[in-house]
Amino acid sequence: MTLEPRPERNTMLLNLGPSHPAMHGTVRIMVELEGERILNSEVEIGYLHRGFEKTCENRTYFNLLPYTDRLNYVSPLINNAGYALAMEKLLGIEAPERAQYIRVLMCELSRISDHLTSVAAMGMECGAFTVFLYMMKAREYIWDVIEFTTGARMTASYIRIGGVRADLHPDYRAALEKAVRETRKVLKDVHGLLDKNKIFLDRTKGLGALTPEEAISYGWTGPCLRSTGVRYDVRKSRPYLVYDRMDFDVPLGANGDNYDRYMVRMMELDQSLRIVEQTAAALPPRAPIAAGDRRPVEPSEAIRLSKGQRVIGPVRLSPNLEGSEKDVYGDIQAADRRWTLPPKEDTYTTMEGLINHFLFFMKGRGIRPPKGEVYFSVEGGNGELGYYIVSDGTDRPYRLHLRAPCFHIVSALEHLIKGRYVADVIPTFGSLNMIGGELDR
Amino acid sequence: MGPKGLIGDLEKRFPGEIIEASGDGEDLVLVILPDALLRIMGSLKEPPYSFKLLLDLTCVDFRRDAGAFEMVYHLYSLDANGRVRVKVRLPAESPSLESLADLWRNANWLEREVYDMFGVVFRGHPDLKRILMYDGFEGFPLRKDYPLRRRQPKAAKGNAP
Amino acid sequence: MRRAGRHMSENYLTTKIEDALGWARKFSLFHYPFITACCGMEYMSTACAHFDLDRFGAGLTRFSPRQADLLLVVGTITMKLAPVLRTVYDQMAEPKWVVAFGTCTVSGGIYDNYAVVQGIDTIIPVDVYIPGCPPRPETVLDGFLKLQEKIRNQKQEWRWGRKD
Repeated sequence: MTLEPRPERNTMLLNLGPSHPAMHGTVRIMVELEGERILNSEVEIGYLHRGFEKTCENRTYFNLLPYTDRLNYVSPLINNAGYALAMEKLLGIEAPERAQYIRVLMCELSRISDHLTSVAAMGMECGAFTVFLYMMKAREYIWDVIEFTTGARMTASYIRIGGVRADLHPDYRAALEKAVRETRKVLKDVHGLLDKNKIFLDRTKGLGALTPEEAISYGWTGPCLRSTGVRYDVRKSRPYLVYDRMDFDVPLGANGDNYDRYMVRMMELDQSLRIVEQTAAALPPRAPIAAGDRRPVEPSEAIRLSKGQRVIGPVRLSPNLEGSEKDVYGDIQAADRRWTLPPKEDTYTTMEGLINHFLFFMKGRGIRPPKGEVYFSVEGGNGELGYYIVSDGTDRPYRLHLRAPCFHIVSALEHLIKGRYVADVIPTFGSLNMIGGELDR
Repeated sequence: MGPKGLIGDLEKRFPGEIIEASGDGEDLVLVILPDALLRIMGSLKEPPYSFKLLLDLTCVDFRRDAGAFEMVYHLYSLDANGRVRVKVRLPAESPSLESLADLWRNANWLEREVYDMFGVVFRGHPDLKRILMYDGFEGFPLRKDYPLRRRQPKAAKGNAP
Repeated sequence: MRRAGRHMSENYLTTKIEDALGWARKFSLFHYPFITACCGMEYMSTACAHFDLDRFGAGLTRFSPRQADLLLVVGTITMKLAPVLRTVYDQMAEPKWVVAFGTCTVSGGIYDNYAVVQGIDTIIPVDVYIPGCPPRPETVLDGFLKLQEKIRNQKQEWRWGRKD
């Protein structure tokens, strides 16, 4: 609702934001105060509206992948996965099995990073700076694992249409075990610091509570909805990738207050660690690299040789392409060359590979899905992350809309803080985990 | 109630107002007339269908091909684990539709976003104003005739109420 | 200029005072993190224990522009947020420096559209540009070292009332 000054009631209009230390992004909360009590509030968003949907209408399906990373930037690989899965549903293809396991691993690592950041920020805003430092330390180890394989700590653009960009790094297991071990240690410490902490309990218990009916009416999904007691997790209701083979629980809260949202996130961290361990154990084995007795050939030499003969030995690829060699390519990318790139060795040495590569990138050609529309949703860090894609047969989407879970969660903020004190705004807002990139798109 | 049962039931209760209906087991798609929106959505929300969760509400600009805007609603039923997509065609000149803010509370902000991006006016909305762009922005960015790189003079200095 | 060669001792003293001021200012930066988007995550990594920013003396965050001397603009600035950025910059007291963190602040980044400011140097003067999407913490620390060099070597504004 729009606030206006009311001099007859002696109230004060106070502005919280848009640049405020609650470090969740840019949101402006204008409150009408009587003393310290909030009578009414107005939440204004849109300070990070970067025109994602309009930009995507001007990019090809392959090129708009980096834009999806920057939506929910604390769990970027889940956004990638949502887009890739929506496109695969539209095209009617499926990624190979090893790629699906790798996708689940990356998604769960992203979810762990999301929940760590959320709880850390919430703790810091309530004054528990130690929690922030501990969880950032754990997050660094998680990002090390992601960096080993994808090459980037955060915005990786790793999960592509048809599979993933590269296979797991050969030494990823050591980094993964260290990350899981450190995260478990940090979680134990944070449970000890916050769970029964009188100050934290006073600031979070009983505050910001929502009943299940109200939460559903506001369109809440994800940990915030599960904290009210409603069991809805997209990974269980509509399993995608290989989640139906994983054994994990869906923690539920009871009251829907700030404390329950914190506890649900902490317990989900445990469950995500379980899924990570199960995935790492159940990964289909990597295709063996053909151990030839011939030295790898430089690309220019391979191109020259391929003009004369058909079969060539291994080609030395640039370090950027590590993990996407031809031997493992079948495991990480679907075989349909209309929608996926051919392996680099084929591009260098065979005519079909070269033609496929060019057709993939030529203007007006490339991924051109059949006319139609699709809606596909995955379980993001905040809830149901849905992509609605309308295709008109060309190489650019006609309309790409993101169902942002944060948008619905923050739309309830005005209702949650009404009648509370100003100091209650911060833990309430922190427990909602608003991410600006997703909220404003 | 399965998808076929639902389509048949709705066509009996709202004869002539459902233009198209299709369902492939996972997602149902209904195309309905604008005047029937409030009634059909109201009955979809109540038992026995119980589509209590409004997942999404958006708009697509089809003015070049079909001369109309198309509003798209996604509803989800927690009990039946079913999704339905409801589409409504609006005329290109001054598109306007009933607001669903009384049925689902998140429709408030979602409709503000559609108004901001496309210019669709929602009758009965408690507070229809821009949500993502600043006050003073002219035009509706997600319409197809709005160029991506148009620059407008920046908003007035100061943020005081 | 009046200063040149008037009194030998005066020049030596002012140079030494400027050196000391430069040294003190560069090692005690209080930054105001104007955080909007994804770069905020790398800022959090840089400020925390792994890639500590505190060892450069810049670890203390002041959440009020009046108390800060370094405006760290982190993340995309949109047209809606631009007046707020200008207001925050104007509220800071001299001496102040601005660091553009991330390509979105340097040049608009990958967003060239109706809603994003194409580089904050169209609104406020910038001292150090840190590119990257998002920049690695090592890049950020490198940027900080360059800023420290700049502060050390610039003409320090300390003689009030006397403008050359």
